[in-house]
Amino acid sequence: MPSYSFILNGKKVSVDCDPNVHLLWVVRDLLGVHGPKYGCGLEVCKACTSHINGEAKQLCGILVSDLKPTDQVVTIEGLADTVKQPLHPMQQAWLDNDVAQCGYCQPGQIMAAVDLVNKAHAAGRDVSDADLDSLRNVCRCGTYPRIRQAIKAGAAAMK
Amino acid sequence: MSDMTDKPGRDLSRRDFIAYLVAAPTLVAAAELSSGATPAQAAGLPTVQPVDAYDLSDLLTDAALPTSNLITVTVNSDGTASFALPRAEVGQGITTAVAQIIADQLSLTVDKVNVTLADARPELIWNQITGGSNTLHAIYKPVQGAAAAARAQLTKTAADQLGVSPSQVTLSNGQANAGNGKSIDLGALAKPAAVSQTTKVPVTANAAANANVGQPTKRIDALDIVTGKKQFAMDLTDVPDALPTMVCRPPTINATAKALKNQAQVQAMPGVSDIALIPHTKFVAGGVAVRAQTFGQCIDAIRAMDVDWGPGSVDGKSADDVKKDLIAAELPGVPTVSGITLDQRFTFHFRPGDPLETNAAVANVTADSAEVWSSLKTPVWVQEQLCTILGMSKEQVKVHVAQGGGSFGRHLFGDAAFEAASISKAMGKPVKLMWHRTDNFRQGRVHPMCTSRVRVNHLGNSVLSFEQRHTSVATDFSHGFGELLTANLATLPAANSLGYSQAIFNLSVNSPYNFGVTTQLLNEIYAYDTFNTSSVRNIYGPETRTAGELMVDQTAKAMGQDPYQFRRTYARDKRMVAVLDAVAKAGNWGRQMAPNTAQGIGVHHEYKSFGACLVEIDCTPATVNRKIQDGYSGPRVTKVVFAVDVGLPINPLGLQAQMMGGCMDGIAQALSYSLHLQDGYFLEGSWDNVGYTREWNTPPDVQVIVMDPTSDSPGGAGELGVPASMAATACAYARATGTLPTEFPINHNDPLWFDPVPTTPPIPASPVTAS
Repeated sequence: MPSYSFILNGKKVSVDCDPNVHLLWVVRDLLGVHGPKYGCGLEVCKACTSHINGEAKQLCGILVSDLKPTDQVVTIEGLADTVKQPLHPMQQAWLDNDVAQCGYCQPGQIMAAVDLVNKAHAAGRDVSDADLDSLRNVCRCGTYPRIRQAIKAGAAAMK
Repeated sequence: MSDMTDKPGRDLSRRDFIAYLVAAPTLVAAAELSSGATPAQAAGLPTVQPVDAYDLSDLLTDAALPTSNLITVTVNSDGTASFALPRAEVGQGITTAVAQIIADQLSLTVDKVNVTLADARPELIWNQITGGSNTLHAIYKPVQGAAAAARAQLTKTAADQLGVSPSQVTLSNGQANAGNGKSIDLGALAKPAAVSQTTKVPVTANAAANANVGQPTKRIDALDIVTGKKQFAMDLTDVPDALPTMVCRPPTINATAKALKNQAQVQAMPGVSDIALIPHTKFVAGGVAVRAQTFGQCIDAIRAMDVDWGPGSVDGKSADDVKKDLIAAELPGVPTVSGITLDQRFTFHFRPGDPLETNAAVANVTADSAEVWSSLKTPVWVQEQLCTILGMSKEQVKVHVAQGGGSFGRHLFGDAAFEAASISKAMGKPVKLMWHRTDNFRQGRVHPMCTSRVRVNHLGNSVLSFEQRHTSVATDFSHGFGELLTANLATLPAANSLGYSQAIFNLSVNSPYNFGVTTQLLNEIYAYDTFNTSSVRNIYGPETRTAGELMVDQTAKAMGQDPYQFRRTYARDKRMVAVLDAVAKAGNWGRQMAPNTAQGIGVHHEYKSFGACLVEIDCTPATVNRKIQDGYSGPRVTKVVFAVDVGLPINPLGLQAQMMGGCMDGIAQALSYSLHLQDGYFLEGSWDNVGYTREWNTPPDVQVIVMDPTSDSPGGAGELGVPASMAATACAYARATGTLPTEFPINHNDPLWFDPVPTTPPIPASPVTAS
């Protein structure tokens, strides 16, 4: 069976598996990292959103064989380390605004939010309501209004 | 019912309990209650309904009373307190609220209270059911009593150790203080305060101890959630060999797998370890199960399966057929005597009961034992059924309640637990079962399709009668909730031989207005298992209230009155007037609105609580015709103001969250959230198809007003937000467009905005995107 390696939350990992296995299952089923959640496996609900080389991606849509050994995969578990803090400002904003209810979608929401803010700031502008409207992550508890508040607060702290 | 009731107006500062100190290594206190549900005072107004005297909350609370004494609070040597909550946390925030109640009695901070979810405890019988938004109503007093007993024993022990009298000891910040400068940590008292023989003690809870209760308190699991540490059923690692397992499901609802025609081919696929044919039964959806190294390989195996399927339970049926059957079964109205009659039927289509976490369970079944983990709201009933399914005794079957990633009625049943156990038994190996999202929509439990016909008769300045004839596809109440009803119905006022659904309908549905002769009746079609149904964040409320409130607006219009003033005039309860006034004021009711936009207002009374909602909707062509890739846009609710009176709010912050979530549901249910039944299956296969609220349809302005306490007992909140917001959205839409919507969601009969995914194979291919 082929072996694949990449960098997961700052640490090099290797895994023996079939090339057609998607990264979500490699991370969850083979490596035991459970922050990215399964919500559809169709790149629709975005519950598995994580960062690959700093950009938000759905792990349910990426094959393990498409990764290079130098590719950096960051899940919610590794987000705080990217800013060398106990919590990323967006995680803190989530706590400050008591966003979560059941919490199942929230790792994906936070990872998507960080990417959204990074892209807006890279373009030299603040996050707009239109940006917030563009987020596709599903929250079945309906925490959307607090997600919007938290992203604005998190964005301010990320400047 | 209990004869000793706490009525509002009684001295609220003290509450008396009989409690136990339980023999244990550290201090364990248990409460036994002699006071139960508080029957509402009969309104003494022209319209009085059964709900006024005794409602679903009362029934659930009374059913819980006989075993409430088994609720125990433990004080640990590290200064923390522990409580195993005999309820399911599925996002509603009950673990946080319970931690607040215990923290107050023990003068601890909330983070020092560990609340876990109790395993199935058969001795609790009906006191382990999470449903009907009833948790806080039922357990507030028992939890407070047990914690108060622990406090009394800690105080007494501290007094002994510090050489003072108990009256001199005060508890604060995890310490007992003697008042003479001496103090001792509660953790150090945990062992000395323990008893070697269980004893009965009278205690008085200090209701004035409210450092946490009534204060906005953040969720106790928030840090675990934002760091990815919170564990749901699929994250559990208790059984290392519980490999990923999924099921190939039929092309139509409830069909049975007869044979897998290419077993050898599928068995040879990468990662596949086991395959088992799982017949469809009353407990198990079934199909062809596959266990593999990863879920991805299960998906690939399912897509390769060539299965011979039997017939389903509704083959060939479409929504129009069901609608015809509903209309044919509608109960007749009362003959009109005089006055002007407004008469309208509303249709509400099937909608999913999907939480974001799909049906999931871990099961390890051996020859002589079984252990199951899943999010379960009726674990005692699930354990009983597992004994039947597996042919085992209760001693052999262990049922653990996992944290739930939402519920929406799904976890009242044990669908995933039963199926996982059946598969584990068939394969002889532990399994971690996960439903695919597409199956979760197409084969999972749904809110039943229904019609609600409303007739209002008015003459001059009076409304003479309000009749509602609700006709629904049968709701499945075969879970423990139904069992609770049959066992307790004999004690109900006006008990008769009503079925489960009738009983729930009569105990929960009401018209909150003085509309003279008021009758609301339910009829059902089909057997309970023809469709896979459940209550979905409220059973009858969203539909009966939406139909009712639309007709309230129609009546107000016919009588030349303003919708808000009209509701205010006819409101049956001053608490309802108060929430109406609150939203009208904060929402600036009656302000000038642009063309194709409007305000709408709706109210709901249920679970000892009142809610009012004011929304503003934008139905301008520019908004309605927004292009959202692969998604539904439509009208947008731009503003929501919700006022909620739950009697006694334990956690205003959690309550606001529940109302916001309820509003997101109400908006979606009015405008876009449904399933299209066609030829025996639902067309929807993904979140982009079902039209649940997404960010692009989230109101930018949402305000929730928590009313000051009006009672000494907390009412329900989990489902309360949905009916009022759904009704308000529908009313706003009617006013903005000048058309009365009669089919819900309002986009249901529009051309589909998506291409349905095929039914064979039953789940779509996993997408492949460049990294």
